[in-house]
Amino acid sequence: MTEAVASIHVRNLTKHYGKVTAIHDVTFKVMPGEIVGFLGPNGAGKTTTMRILCGITPASSGEAYIGGIPVATAIAAIKKNIGYMPENNPLPEELRVIEYLKYRARLKGIPRRDRNRRVEEVLEICDLHRKTSRRMIRTLSKGYRQRVGVADAILANPEVIILDEPTIGLDPHQVLMIRDLIDHLRGSMTVIISSHILAEVEVCCDRVIIINQGRVVAIGNAQSLRTEFADEVIYLLSVRGNLQQLPEVLASVDPAMRAGDPEAMDDSGFFKIRITTPSEEERGEALLARLHHHSNLEVRALQRLETSLEDIFLAATKRSWDQETPPRRAHRNNNKAPSKPDSPTR
Amino acid sequence: MRHFHYLLIHELRVLLLSPATYTAAVLFLLQMWWLYVFILWDFSSEPRDTLPTESFFYFFWIPALFVVPLLTMRSLAEERRLGTLETLMTTPVSTVSVVLSKYCAALIFYCLLWLLTLAFPMLTVWAIPQPIVAERILDIATLTGGYLFVVVSGFLFVAVGIFSSSLTRSQLVAGMLSFSILFIIILGPPVVLNQNIPWPYWLEIPIEYFDLFNHLDDFKRGVIDSRPLVYYLSNTALILGISVLVVESKV
Repeated sequence: MTEAVASIHVRNLTKHYGKVTAIHDVTFKVMPGEIVGFLGPNGAGKTTTMRILCGITPASSGEAYIGGIPVATAIAAIKKNIGYMPENNPLPEELRVIEYLKYRARLKGIPRRDRNRRVEEVLEICDLHRKTSRRMIRTLSKGYRQRVGVADAILANPEVIILDEPTIGLDPHQVLMIRDLIDHLRGSMTVIISSHILAEVEVCCDRVIIINQGRVVAIGNAQSLRTEFADEVIYLLSVRGNLQQLPEVLASVDPAMRAGDPEAMDDSGFFKIRITTPSEEERGEALLARLHHHSNLEVRALQRLETSLEDIFLAATKRSWDQETPPRRAHRNNNKAPSKPDSPTR
Repeated sequence: MRHFHYLLIHELRVLLLSPATYTAAVLFLLQMWWLYVFILWDFSSEPRDTLPTESFFYFFWIPALFVVPLLTMRSLAEERRLGTLETLMTTPVSTVSVVLSKYCAALIFYCLLWLLTLAFPMLTVWAIPQPIVAERILDIATLTGGYLFVVVSGFLFVAVGIFSSSLTRSQLVAGMLSFSILFIIILGPPVVLNQNIPWPYWLEIPIEYFDLFNHLDDFKRGVIDSRPLVYYLSNTALILGISVLVVESKV
């Protein structure tokens, strides 16, 4: 029953390229209307998974369903249900935007009577109408090229849109444009965005799938991932005065609370100090109240820092590495999160 | 195959917009015009039993070696290099349609270029308005047989070009590969047979069967033998089939 409901259902998907395992036992579900971020370092297996979902590459084992239809045995039906924008968004340079979209509309089997209307609609949605639609693709900026890619992906009104690194190489303005465009699709289509830009995924996506070395290492929304992977709460304190009294104040609020080394003093004599505690409970108000009782300590600001997706990502990938080869990896990654993957895909 | 005609129209359009196409067309027409003039000059110097058009078709291998690689090297290699082949394969089109559309577009263009060479005898007759010239230059049987051979052999040559283009991402490598394979197919058998080596009979017969110049002689005489047709059509089908498999495995 669930297979019929989920827009995308991937079960134990594995892909080998010769002796290299690009993805191993990947399992996840995406429900209709969701925007899901597919996160992972370069070579983690994101593109391989997406290519399998699009029916371009066959899987070595496992199952993938789009709208309940198995990808392996019904590729033609799958291709009607999917809009795919590959990484770097290759486009034919010698065509105009509108010519390209009309050509793609024909290939995607949009009926002749609806074709022009649908092309006009996507031009409008992607802000490519008027003069831009008549421009040669080779003269478009990177941002507009990405828009053409998204327009093509949504052209046939597919159930699922897969965008591989849609914001890579764009300037901040163009990133905002693409982000708005993706936001426009929220609820009407299921969208998977592959990226290794964490901030991007955090802003756009309802849920995140983190993949590392070909394995899914975490799935959930930002909050649930924070709960799962953040092992401490961090407060940022801006304070001046006798800092030697600080540990005593912290211990009176929470015995497990620890202060980090003060950062460089600013012009007003205030230091910034990171305070950590394993307790999930809110300690900010209590800490502020205690600090006010100390005349030797003057507080300017206290802020609870949310664990960023970057921290979650590093923690999740580190955990996956530790589980992979416990003794060696655990020793190597004792004090820091891994920064580089070493599993090539293709 | 439902999308074949959309793909074919697109491919013809891409060919028409590509500078390589015009380079190939200009080179082809210049080269063939120069050959035609040279043949006429040669025929005017002394009496001959054969017709100038017959000699003209003997040079079919020159455009086959140079124009076919230029027309086909871009087709699949460039699409794979740019990644547009990957986007194409995410639509409900089949690999067979993709390969066939590229093949047919290149073949149509190749035949069109040859059709333009019909202007050479016509211009000659127009420039020298004498009945004997018209009779010898516009000999219908030779012209029909010659052009039929060009079209039928073009099936195979263009298929080789498409196959070469399917093997690599580099246009240059595709072009060189296509040139090399065509060189072996066209000039290999006559070169082998002219080495004054006493080939055993069982080997000489198949080499002669593969000699395209023998096929051309038959066509020019108006003899439509089924054996050359089987040779061209079966090999074309085989090479295109392999190209489809290569594209499917490499996308």
